[in-house]
Amino acid sequence: MEIYLIIMLVLMILGSIYSLHAKDLLSAVVSYGIVGFGLVIAFLLLYAPDLAIVQVVVEIITLIIMIAVITNATHEEQAKEFSFSSIFYIAVFLFFGFVLLGVLAQISGLLNSFGHHVTRMASAYIINAQEAGSANIVTGILFHFRAYDTLGEATVLFTAVIGILTVLRHHGKKKEDKNEG
Amino acid sequence: MKGKKTSLHERERGMTLVVKKICQFIAPTIFLFGIYITIHGHLSPGGGFTGGVIMASAFILQILSDGSILDKLRQEKWRLELTESLAIFTFLVLAVLGLLIAATAVFFGNFLPAGTLGELISGGIIPIGNVIIGIEVCAAISSIFVALLIFKDEESE
Repeated sequence: MEIYLIIMLVLMILGSIYSLHAKDLLSAVVSYGIVGFGLVIAFLLLYAPDLAIVQVVVEIITLIIMIAVITNATHEEQAKEFSFSSIFYIAVFLFFGFVLLGVLAQISGLLNSFGHHVTRMASAYIINAQEAGSANIVTGILFHFRAYDTLGEATVLFTAVIGILTVLRHHGKKKEDKNEG
Repeated sequence: MKGKKTSLHERERGMTLVVKKICQFIAPTIFLFGIYITIHGHLSPGGGFTGGVIMASAFILQILSDGSILDKLRQEKWRLELTESLAIFTFLVLAVLGLLIAATAVFFGNFLPAGTLGELISGGIIPIGNVIIGIEVCAAISSIFVALLIFKDEESE
């Protein structure tokens, strides 16, 4: 199972690298879909069907919205000029990347192996999940122990909709904006 | 794709007859599946968020295949926003009811009997919360999509 997971991760990394370097914005978005759908298979391999269902539907809708946005924008990517500052950025990226990898290598020996949690809360959730009266433990946790979390998610979505409606609205804008557009 | 200026009015409405008819068959099935996922959220994988997104995708499929709904949607868009706002308000009311009624008197307290594990009507307020979140997510994602379509259409006029 682990070998399939590694194959999926390599595919996802290749897809994201290709989407960075694609000439056409549309092919960049489509190749970015490899990351999303690869994540679906990774979730299924890790026995998380709840997340896999969410990921597959959200990925499809995101792809539709992204394509709808891109058909309205320019397709060609602007040519980037290579300057001294980009070398500086790459150097900083490499420096902090190696520092992070070094720290990670130092501390990874202290952690438990994958799937064996150290927090006390996780086992309390699983033991007390029966009390919520839900056969699906994930939903039981989301609406019982962590209902605040669910409320927060719903609020984030609500705020996102209000933000989109405010940014995109046509009525109520100033007149000079209309003349420019 | 052809140019920035072509609005949905100038273009041919929606897609061909074959696509329209197939989508008319498929979209209700997807919607029903979304309702199933939402209602059975406490029994099988899925839940309010997943079911809501599936229901919204049925809605989006219908809009994409048949462009002639767009005129009607322009007038009826406020219903989506009302549904979304009411759903999140109901979720808050549910939380406060837990504070008032439940024996433990906590926010989101489960004030309904838990029932038998594994039955459809069980788990107290969990299925109710699932349904409310499903409605909220469906209305939110649909209204984002409708807003993108309608405002783009108005811009080009």
